[in-house]
Amino acid sequence: MSEFILDARNICKDFNDPVKIEILKNLSFTVRHGEFVSVMGKSGCGKSTLLYILSTMDTDYKGELYLNGELLTGKNDAQLAQVRNEKIGFVFQFHYLLNEFSILKNVMIPGLKLGKYSAEEIEQRATKHLDTLGMKDHMLKMPNQLSGGQKQRVAIARALINDPLIIMGDEPTGNLDKQNSDLVFDIFKDLTKELKQTLLIVTHDGDFAKRTDRIIEMKDGVII
Amino acid sequence: MNLKLLIEISIGLLRARIKQSIVAAVGVMFGVCMFVTLLSFMNGLNQMLDGLIINRTAHIRLYNEIKQSTDQPVNASKAYKENINFIHSIKPKDKGKAIYNSESIMHALNQDSRVLGIAPKINTPIFYSAGGIELPGLINGIDIEAEQKLFYLNDYVIEGKSADLSIVNNSILLGNGVAEKLMVEIGDVIYVTTAQGTISALKVIGLVQFGLMEIDNTQSYTSIQTAQKLMGESNNYITDINIKLKDLSQAPALAKDYAKRFELDAIDIQTANAQFETGSSVRSIISYAVGITLLIVAGFGIYNILNMMIYEKMDTIAIMKATGFSGKDVKYIFIFLSLIIGIAGGVFGLAFGYMLSSIIDQIPFETASLPTIKTYPIYYNPTYYLIGFTFALLTTYIAGLLPARKAGSIDPVEIIRGK
Ligand SMILES: Nc1ncnc2c1ncn2[C@@H]1O[C@H](COP(=O)(O)OP(=O)(O)OP(=O)(O)O)[C@@H](O)[C@H]1O
Ligand SMILES: [Mg+2]
Repeated sequence: MSEFILDARNICKDFNDPVKIEILKNLSFTVRHGEFVSVMGKSGCGKSTLLYILSTMDTDYKGELYLNGELLTGKNDAQLAQVRNEKIGFVFQFHYLLNEFSILKNVMIPGLKLGKYSAEEIEQRATKHLDTLGMKDHMLKMPNQLSGGQKQRVAIARALINDPLIIMGDEPTGNLDKQNSDLVFDIFKDLTKELKQTLLIVTHDGDFAKRTDRIIEMKDGVII
Repeated sequence: MNLKLLIEISIGLLRARIKQSIVAAVGVMFGVCMFVTLLSFMNGLNQMLDGLIINRTAHIRLYNEIKQSTDQPVNASKAYKENINFIHSIKPKDKGKAIYNSESIMHALNQDSRVLGIAPKINTPIFYSAGGIELPGLINGIDIEAEQKLFYLNDYVIEGKSADLSIVNNSILLGNGVAEKLMVEIGDVIYVTTAQGTISALKVIGLVQFGLMEIDNTQSYTSIQTAQKLMGESNNYITDINIKLKDLSQAPALAKDYAKRFELDAIDIQTANAQFETGSSVRSIISYAVGITLLIVAGFGIYNILNMMIYEKMDTIAIMKATGFSGKDVKYIFIFLSLIIGIAGGVFGLAFGYMLSSIIDQIPFETASLPTIKTYPIYYNPTYYLIGFTFALLTTYIAGLLPARKAGSIDPVEIIRGK
C-alpha cells in the first residue's frame, strides 16, 4: 500500500475548441488514506475538468496520475474501466441513476460487474449500505419515484458497493437544499470516521468545505 | 466479461422501451414468416410442377435413332486414308429402332452402382380404332413393376389397376383423352393397327391421366410382351431403356458415357427439359429475394430503433461507463439487445411461418390435370426454417452493430459535462 491514495503530478490540460486555452496548468497534489478533502474555486476554474481526469474518464491530459501507487496514465479503455469499477466511487451533482432498474439493482450493478462476490452477497451488501443511508424502505422503487436527496443517497450507496479506495464527488450537494445537503455531508463524515473512507469532493459550498479535513483552493488552473 | 450481467442490462433496456422493441421484433417476425412461407409454397409448387415432368421422365433415355452412319466405308480404306473424302447423298440405313443386345446392356446397367433402376420400353406409333373411329397414337410396352417403382404410374391411373396389364392377356391401359374420343370404358375391346399393318384386339383394363393433353390424347400402355406380339417381334425386342439415377445431376455426364459405351443414342433429363429447371430456379430466386428484402427492411427498423434508443440512453451509457463498464461492454449490451429482438422475432416468425404454411396447405386446389393433388402444395423443409432464422440473426446483428459501436464510443465526460 502506497502512502498516498491519489497522487497527481504535473497535470496539464488544454482545450483547442474554439481557441487553445490552458485550463489546468501543471497541477500537482496528493490525497492520503482516510482524508476527507474538498476542492473549491470559482466557476470555470477547472474543478470538474480536474475531477474527470482524476476519475480516469478523461485520458487526454499531460502529467501522471497514480492511484494507490499504481500508474493510471497510459492504460487502455478496458483497464481504466476496471479501475473505475473496482477502486473509484462516484457521486455526481445530478443524481445519475439507471432509470430502467430498481434502486437495489442500481446499487448492485457495479458489484455484479466486478464479480468479486456472489449475487446474494452483493444484494446483502447493497441492502446494508441502503440501510445505513436510510433508503432501505425504498429499495424496490424505481429511481423516478425518489426525491433528489434520496437519489443522492442511493448514488452514495452505489459508490460504496465495491469498497473503493476513494470516492469522488462533483458538487454532490449542489442540487440539494440545506437540510439534504447537511444529511449528505454527515454521511460523508461518517464514512471517513467509521470506514476510513477517502473522499475528494468538489463543492461551491463554503460551509461544507470548512468542515472537511483539508480544502484545495483552485484559481485559473492552479492550486493556491 | 460478465455475459449474464450484460444480457440482464440489455433486457432491462428493452423492457423500458417495450413498445418499440415489440414493433422491431414484429418487423423481423413478419420477414421470417413470409420468408419461410414463400419458400415452402414456391418449392411446393416447384415440386408439383417438376413432379408433372420429372417424376415421369427418365434421367437418361437410351434409344436408337435412325440416321446415317458416321463411319463410312471409304474412311476404313487404307488407300484413301491421307485424303479428304467428300461423300454425297448418304441415306440412312433403317436398322429399325430396336436396341440390339438389350439383355446384356440391361444387365450391365443393373450392375452400375450409380443407377437407381431401369425400365425397358417399347415405343411405337399405332392407330386406335373402335366402332368407325380411327385415331393415331402411341403405345408403350412397359415393364409394369419397374414403371410403377421408377415412374409412379399408379399415381396417374384414374380408373382400373395397372397391375391388371400383367394379369389380363392382350390388355391395354388407355389415355383418358383417347378413351373419351373413342367413347370406350373399362371392359370394352378396341383395335390397334401397327405401322406394319397387323391388327390386334385389346381389352381396356384402366384409364390413365397425366394432366398433359398431348399425352393423354394419344398414349396408352400395355405389357412388353403384348407389345412384342403386336409388332411380331421376338421376346428381346425393346426400343428404349429408361434409366433413373441415384443422383440426378450426374445425368448429362453419364448419358455421354453410356452413349459411347453401348453405341446408342442417349438423352439426359437436363437437356430434354431445360425449361423446367429454369422455371424452378427462377421461382426459388424470387422467394429468396422477397424474403431477404423483408428481412433487410426489418433490419433497417431495428437500426432506427436502436439509434433512437442510444440517443435517449446517453445518460445511462455515461453512468455505466463511469461505474466501470468499458466501451466494449457497452457495445455488447447493444448488440445483445439487437440480437434479443432478432431471436424473439425469428422464433415467432418461424412459428407463424409454419402456421401460415399449414393454412395454405389446407386450401383446396383441385385441377383435373393433377389427380393426386387436392390442396395447395407446401414443401416443409427444415432448411428454410434454418436459413430464415440465420438470416434474422444476421440482419439484426448487422443492424445492431453500427449503433452499438456508436454507443460504445460515447464519451461519458461529454454527457456528464453537458448537464
Ligand atoms: N469541451 C470543452 N471545450 C472547450 N472548453 C471547455 C470544454 N469543457 C470545459 N471547457 C472550459 O474549461 C473551463 C473549466 O471548466 P470546468 O467545467 O472544469 O469548470 P468548473 O470549475 O467545474 O466550473 P463550475 O464550478 O461552474 O462547475 C471552463 O472555462 C470551460 O469553458
Ligand atoms: Mg463543474
